[in-house]
Amino acid sequence: MTQEKKRLHRSFKTQAPADRLFDIINYLILVLVAVCVLYPLYFIVIASISDPVAINNGQVSFWPVGFNTTGYEKIFENTKIWRSYSNTIFYTVVGTTINVVMTMMLAYPLSRKNFFAKKLLTLFVMFTMYFQGGLIPTYLWMNDLHLYNTPWVMVLLPAINVFNLIIAINYISNNIPEELYEAASIDGCNHIRYFFSIVLPLSKTIVVVLILYYGVAHWNEFMNGLIYLRDEGLYPLQLTLRNILLQNQASGLGDVDSIIEQQKAAELIKYGVIIVSTLPVLVIYPFLQKHFAKGVMVGSVKG
Amino acid sequence: MRGKTDTINAVGPVFRKPGIYRVRQALRRDWQLLLLCSVPVLYFIMFHYIPMYGVQIAFKDFKAVDGILGSQWCGFKHFQRFFSSSQFWPLIKNTLGLSFLQILLGFPIPVLLAIMLNQTRNQKFRKFVQSIVYCPHFISIVVLTGMLYIFLSPRNGIINQVIQMLGGDPVFFLGDAKYFKLTFVISGIWQNAGWSAIIYIAALAGISPDLYEAAQVDGANKWQRIWHIDIPGILPTVVMMLILEVGKVMNLGFQKAYLMQNAQNLGASEIISTYIYKVGMIDAQYSYSAAINLFNNLVNILLLVTVNRIAKKTTNNSLW
Repeated sequence: MTQEKKRLHRSFKTQAPADRLFDIINYLILVLVAVCVLYPLYFIVIASISDPVAINNGQVSFWPVGFNTTGYEKIFENTKIWRSYSNTIFYTVVGTTINVVMTMMLAYPLSRKNFFAKKLLTLFVMFTMYFQGGLIPTYLWMNDLHLYNTPWVMVLLPAINVFNLIIAINYISNNIPEELYEAASIDGCNHIRYFFSIVLPLSKTIVVVLILYYGVAHWNEFMNGLIYLRDEGLYPLQLTLRNILLQNQASGLGDVDSIIEQQKAAELIKYGVIIVSTLPVLVIYPFLQKHFAKGVMVGSVKG
Repeated sequence: MRGKTDTINAVGPVFRKPGIYRVRQALRRDWQLLLLCSVPVLYFIMFHYIPMYGVQIAFKDFKAVDGILGSQWCGFKHFQRFFSSSQFWPLIKNTLGLSFLQILLGFPIPVLLAIMLNQTRNQKFRKFVQSIVYCPHFISIVVLTGMLYIFLSPRNGIINQVIQMLGGDPVFFLGDAKYFKLTFVISGIWQNAGWSAIIYIAALAGISPDLYEAAQVDGANKWQRIWHIDIPGILPTVVMMLILEVGKVMNLGFQKAYLMQNAQNLGASEIISTYIYKVGMIDAQYSYSAAINLFNNLVNILLLVTVNRIAKKTTNNSLW
C-alpha cells in the first residue's frame, strides 16, 4: 500500500460511528467467508486420519477422532494410484517444458511491433480462441496421427494455451523495450541470439508464471485423458481419482477381509486420495499464490 | 512540427517499392523472427487448423472406411435432426438455465468480495483472507466433485447432518435434478469467487487516492465512498468481465457437468457439451456430434459479437 493511502486510514477510534459499524460487519463477514472456504478442506484432512465409523456417526467435526492411517496404507499399497501418479508427473514435467518453450518462442516475435507478420500471425492464433474443430474432428485427427492412446497426446495437444500466450506477449512488450534490440543489433546481435541471451533472462517473472499456470493445468488435467487414453496404464492421476471418488472402484483395491471392512477402507481411501493428489499443489501454494495473482495482473494490461 | 511531418510524407512515396520487393526486404530483416515462431505456427496448423478442416463431417455421412474426404455429403441433415429431436429444447434450456444462474449468483460475489477486501485496513488480515479464498481455485474438478459427493451424501454428509439436526429430512442433492443447478453454481462460487476477485482488487488498487482524500474532506462515510468512488472506478472492468461471461453462456465447462452427472439428475445435468461427448464418443455418431458442436460454436461466436457490440454502444467498453 502506498504511503498516501495509508495516511487516509484514520485509526479505528477516531472514525465516525457509521464507519466503525461498517468495519465491524465487514471483518465479521470476511472471517465467515474464510471459514466457509477453509472448513471443507480442513475436514478432508482430519477425516483422512479418523476412524470411518466416527465419520459416519458425525463425530468428526473439528479434530480427528480415533486416529487411523489405514486409508493411507491402502493408498500406498495401490499400484494403480502410483502408476497414474507417476504418469501425471511425466505429463506435467514434459508437458510444461514444451508449453513454456513453445509459448516463449511465439510470444517474442508477436511482441515486436515492427515484425512484418505480427498482425497476420496474431489473427491466425487468436482465431483458434473463437473457433475450434471440436471434439470429434480433433479426435479423428489424433487417431490419424497415431497419437491416440499414447502419452504424447497428453503433452502435445495442449502445447500452447492462447490465454497464457497473451500474458507472455503483454509481459514482453511492456517490459522489454524495443530500443534494447536496436541497441543490441548495432553491436551485431541477431534476433535469435537476442532472444536467448537477453529476452529469456529478462523474462524470468513471466516464465515462472507460465510454469505454474501450465503445471497446475497438467496436474489437474482430466478431459484429454478421458478422451484420448484407453489403457489404464497411461491414465493420469485425475482419471484414476475419478474412478475411486465417483465410481466407487476403491472397494476392488487391496485385499481386505469382510465387506464391511472393505467399505470402511473405501471411505478412508477417498479422503486420503484427495490429500495425496492435491498435496503437491498445496505444498507450492504459498509460492503459487503470489505468482498466479501476478499473472492475472500482467494479463489484464493490454500490450 | 507540421513542416516536419510534411517532409516525411513527401519523402515516403518516393521510397515506396513494389509489393514483392518490400516483402523480400521484410523477410531479410525478420527471417529469424519467422524461424522462432515456425514451430509454434506448425503446432497451430497441426492441432487446431487441421481439425477445423475436419468440421466438414458435420455436413457429411462420415464413415471411417471412406475417411473425411471420401464420405458422402448430406447437407444439413444432421442439423435438422438435432433441431427436431426431443433433446433439443431440454438441452438449450439446461445449458442456458445453468449459465444464467451462474452469472446471476456467481458474478456479483467476486465484485463484492473485492470491495470488502479493499476496505480492510489490516494488511495481515487481508493477505490471510486472500490466501484462503484463492486456494480452492487450484483444486482439480475431479476432487471438487468428489468432495461434493462426500459433503452432500444423504447418509453421512455434513450438510445433511445439519439438516437433520434442524429437524429436516436428508436431501440427496446430487441425485435429484431439482438441486443440480444450485449445487453446481454454489460449488463453483466456493471454488472460484476468490480467484475471480483478483482482477477487481487490481482495479480498485488503481483508483487514485486523491479521490478518497477529497471524499473524506467532504465528510463522506465508507458507504458513500464505496458507492461514489469504488463502484464507478471498477465499472469498466466489471462490464468487460460481464461481456466475457455472457459470451460464454453456451460454452459451459464440460468437465464439471460431466463429473457431477448421474442417472438420477440427468434431467437437469445434460447440457450441450456433455451431449456432444456422449453422442460422439460413446454412441460413435461422429457426424451428428460434430454438427451439434458446430452449431454450438457458431451460436457462441454470434453471442460474443452481439454482446460486445452492445457493450461498445452503451458503455464504450469492448473486447476488440
